[in-house]
Amino acid sequence: MDPYIPNGPEQVEKMLKFIGMGSVEELYKQIPEGLRLSGDLSLPDAMPEATMVRELSAISAKNANTDQLACFLGAGVYDRLVPSVVSHIAGRSEYYTAYTPYQPEIAQGTLQCIFEFQTMIAELAGMDFANASMYDGASACAEAAIMAVRNKKRFKIAISEGLNPEFSSVLETYARFNGITVARIPLRGGLTDYSAAGDSLEGASALVVSQPNFLGAIEDIDEAGRAIKAHSGQLIVATTNPHSLAVLKEVSLAGADILVGDAQPFGMDLSYGGAHLGFMAATADFMRKAPGRIAGQTVDSRGNRAYVLTLQAREQHIRREKATSNICTNAAHNALKATVYMSALGFEGIKDVCMQSMSKARHLQQQLSAYGIKLLYDIPYVDEFAVVLNEDAISANKRLLEKGYIGGLPLKEYLAPMGLNVNGDVLDRAMLIAVTEKRTRQEIDGFAQCLGEIS
Amino acid sequence: MRNADTYSKLVFELSGEGKRGYVLPSLDVDIEVKIPEGMARQGSALLPSISEPELVRHYTLLSQRNYGLDSGMYPLGSCTMKYNPKVNEDVAAMAGFSKIHPLQGQDSTQGALELLYSLQCMLCEITGMDKFSLHPAAGAHGEMCGLMMMKAYHEDRGDFSRNKVIVPDSSHGTNPASATSAGLEIISIKSAPDGTVDIDALKSVLSDNVAGLMLTNPNTLGLFEAQITTISRLVHDAGGLLYYDGANMNAIMGIAKPAHMGFDVLHLNLHKTFSTPHGGGGPGSGPIGVVKSLEKFLPSPVVEKTLDAFEFATPEKSIGKIRAFAGNFNVLVKAYCYILTMGAIGLKLASEIAVLNANYLKERLKGPYKLPYEGICMHEFVLDGLEQTAGGVKTLDVAKRLIDYGFHPPTVYFPLIVENAIMIEPTETESLAEIDAFADAMLAIAKEALSDPELLKGAPHTSPVGRVDELVALKKPVLKYNPD
Repeated sequence: MDPYIPNGPEQVEKMLKFIGMGSVEELYKQIPEGLRLSGDLSLPDAMPEATMVRELSAISAKNANTDQLACFLGAGVYDRLVPSVVSHIAGRSEYYTAYTPYQPEIAQGTLQCIFEFQTMIAELAGMDFANASMYDGASACAEAAIMAVRNKKRFKIAISEGLNPEFSSVLETYARFNGITVARIPLRGGLTDYSAAGDSLEGASALVVSQPNFLGAIEDIDEAGRAIKAHSGQLIVATTNPHSLAVLKEVSLAGADILVGDAQPFGMDLSYGGAHLGFMAATADFMRKAPGRIAGQTVDSRGNRAYVLTLQAREQHIRREKATSNICTNAAHNALKATVYMSALGFEGIKDVCMQSMSKARHLQQQLSAYGIKLLYDIPYVDEFAVVLNEDAISANKRLLEKGYIGGLPLKEYLAPMGLNVNGDVLDRAMLIAVTEKRTRQEIDGFAQCLGEIS
Repeated sequence: MRNADTYSKLVFELSGEGKRGYVLPSLDVDIEVKIPEGMARQGSALLPSISEPELVRHYTLLSQRNYGLDSGMYPLGSCTMKYNPKVNEDVAAMAGFSKIHPLQGQDSTQGALELLYSLQCMLCEITGMDKFSLHPAAGAHGEMCGLMMMKAYHEDRGDFSRNKVIVPDSSHGTNPASATSAGLEIISIKSAPDGTVDIDALKSVLSDNVAGLMLTNPNTLGLFEAQITTISRLVHDAGGLLYYDGANMNAIMGIAKPAHMGFDVLHLNLHKTFSTPHGGGGPGSGPIGVVKSLEKFLPSPVVEKTLDAFEFATPEKSIGKIRAFAGNFNVLVKAYCYILTMGAIGLKLASEIAVLNANYLKERLKGPYKLPYEGICMHEFVLDGLEQTAGGVKTLDVAKRLIDYGFHPPTVYFPLIVENAIMIEPTETESLAEIDAFADAMLAIAKEALSDPELLKGAPHTSPVGRVDELVALKKPVLKYNPD
C-alpha cells in the first residue's frame, strides 16, 4: 500500500464495479497494444520515508555547505542572513500547496501577498508598478529586453559588458530566437565605457546596464541614461543586489524605464542557483505590455476591499500566441518569502544590511591590502570587489576550502569577454569577492590571513 | 467566525514609526561607509515597519484566507494538484542541498551533481527519451526551450524555412505563446468531433514550412490520442518533429512512454506529475527530454558522468541558456525524493488510480452534467456545464457554489472548444470518500440550479470575500498600495 494513495483494493473494486469494468487494465484499452509497456519501469525499488531520508542525507553530505563554511562567493547569488520568520510563514501549507490564484474568493492570502510584494518592489525600485515575479533575474532581464523591443519595434538591444554573464547569455538566447541583434559595450577600468560604444546604441530599442555591475562596481546610471536617450532608446537597469536599491540613487532619476533583477538575497537559500526570484518593475507605460501575473485591488460583492489577478488580456491563457510572454507558473512562493523578509526588515533594515555589508567589505579590502593584495580597479563598489591575489585564484580556493572558507570567483574566464585587457599573470590571480552582513570580523580576518600568508 | 474571515489589513497599515521585525548583529568592524556624492538614494520607500509578532499574525491570518491542497480537494483539470509529501520539503531544506552556491566548484558539490545526473536518468526511463536537461524553470519555459531546439535542429540541417508550429485548438494557452517566444508562428487546427486530432486537418497544413506539432497526450479533454502513431508518421514524413506537452503525464507513468509514440522532444511539469508544490504560482520546474538526434541542442548545462566524477557539460550545439545556472535545484530535489519513495510500481499505481478516480467521478456526474465526449477518459475529463439550468445559471456559478461546499472549483472554460467547460482532475491522492463528497456536492448544486438559481449566482456565500469584481480592477488598475 502506498502512503500517498488513499484508495486500496476495497475502494478500487467498488469503483470498478460502479463504472462497469472488470479491471484497471481495461481503462487503458484506448492505448494501442503496441504502445503499452509489458514490463515495469527500471527504477530503484520504492523506499520507505526513513530509507529515502538516509539515502539523501548521504548524498547531501557530499556537498560542502555554508553552515560549515564561511562564504565569500557572490557573483549574483548571496549568502545573507535570513530571519527565522521567513521559513515559518513560507512553510504554512495554505500558501505553498495552493495553485495560481484563479479563484480569488479563496485565494486572498496569495493575492494580497502578491499585491504587497508588488508595492514593496515598486517602492524600492522607484517605479510605477511591479509584476508578481519572474523565474529569475536572468530571464526577467531577457523578458525586459523583449518588452522594450516590442515597444520600440527596433530589433536591436545594447548591453553593457558589466551585466552578470548569466544574464547576458540568457538574453543572447532569447534575442537570437526573436531576431534581435545584441550589441555589446565594453568596460574600461571596471566600468562601462560609453566612449567605446561606437554605433552600439544606434537604432537600439534599449540599453541594459547593471547596477552594481558584475564586478560589484557602482555604475554611473545618469551617463547610461544620457547615452541611450540620445538615441531615443529605453533604459533597462538590472541588479543582483536588491539591498543596494535602498542605498544607491534611484535609477528612475536617470530616466530608467525598466528595472529588473533577482531578489534571492531577500530571504532565499542559495539552493545551488535555483529556485530564485526574478522581479520586474517599470514605468506606467508598460502596465499593459509587461509579462506575467499582476495582482490588482478591487471590491467584492459585499463591498469589501479585495484583490484579483488583473490585466490578464496580456497573458497566454487569454491571448495565446498574441500574449506578451509565455510565462505562466512563476516564482510566487519565493515572492512570499521576499515579502516577509522586506516586512521584517523594513526600509531601514534593508539599508542597514547594505551599509553593514559595505563596511565589512572595506574592512576585508584593508586587511587584504596589508598583505599586498590590491583592488584590480580602484573604483567605488558596493559589497563585492575584484582583487589581484598573490597566487593563482583557483589554487587559492582549494586552500581556502580546507581552512573553512568558500573563496571568491576566479575571474580568469570572465575579464576578456567584458572587454578588459588584463595581462596573463594578473588574470590568473584575479578574484571577485563578496562580503555580506552575515560575515563576522573573525571570519573576515581569518579569510584575509589565509589569503595573505601565501605569497 | 474566524478572525481571518474579517481580516482586511494590508501590512503597510500595521506600520508604526521605529518598529522593527528583525535586528542585525552590531557591526563588528570599525569602518563607517559614506556613499559618494551624487550616488546616494534621495528618497525613502514605503516599506512596513512592524514587530515580529504583528508580522507573524498578519501573514498567518492571510494564510487562512487561502485554500491549499492540504485544506481539501483541488480538482483543477490540467494542473494535477496531487498531495505534496512533507518529507520532501525536509530533504530539500537539508544544508547540503539548500546552502550550496552554484559557483563554489564542482569538486565540493559532487552530491548535487550526482542527484541531478540520477534524476536525468530516471526521467529518461519514465519517458523513453534518450537525454534530459533539468534547466527550464517551469512548463512553459520547457516548451519554449523545446521549440527553440526544434528550430535549431532544422536550421542545423540547412533548412531555414520551417517557422510554423501546429497546435490543436484544444491545446494549453502556453503552447502558442511559447511558440511566439521561440520566434515561431502558429497554425491552429480544429479537433475532430470526438475531441482528438483531426487527421485530415493535420494533413492539410503539413508542409515544408512546418517545424513540428505540439501535442498533449492524453489531450486536454482527457482523451488518449489513439491515432498517435499515424500522427507521428505523418509529421515525420513531412519533415517535422513532434513535441510532447507533458502536462498530462500523470495518466501514463509506467503504462506507456512518449518516445514510443514517436515524440522527439518533451517537457515534464515536476510541480504536477512529480508532486512538488505549486507554491501559489511557482516556482515549478520543467525539465526537457529529447531523442538522440536532438541531444546536441539541449540547453546548457547538462550533467555528465565521467569515470570517477559527475560534471556539468555544454552540449555541442546547445541553444544556450534560458535561465541562470542549472535549474530550480530545490524543486528537483523534491521530485527526486518522490520518485525514490514511489518506485516503478508506485508510479504506475499512481497513474492507474488517477485514471480510475477520474472515470468513477465522471460516471457519478454524467446525467445532471453534459458529457460532450463519451467513453473512457484518462486522468481527467471535461463536462459541458449543466444539462438543465434556470435563471441563467452558468458554469462559473457552479464553480463558485462549490466553494460553499468546501471544495476548490475545477478548471472552468478550458479547453476553449467546450463552451461551458468544467475540467475535472481528481488525482490519485484523493480518497473515495472525498471524491464521493465532491460528487454529492456537484449533484446537489445541479438541483439547486433549478430550485434556487439566485443561490448559485450569488455564490460563494461562505468565503472570506464574496464574488470579486474583475472589471473594477481592470478599469482603473491599482497595482500597489497608496496610503492617500
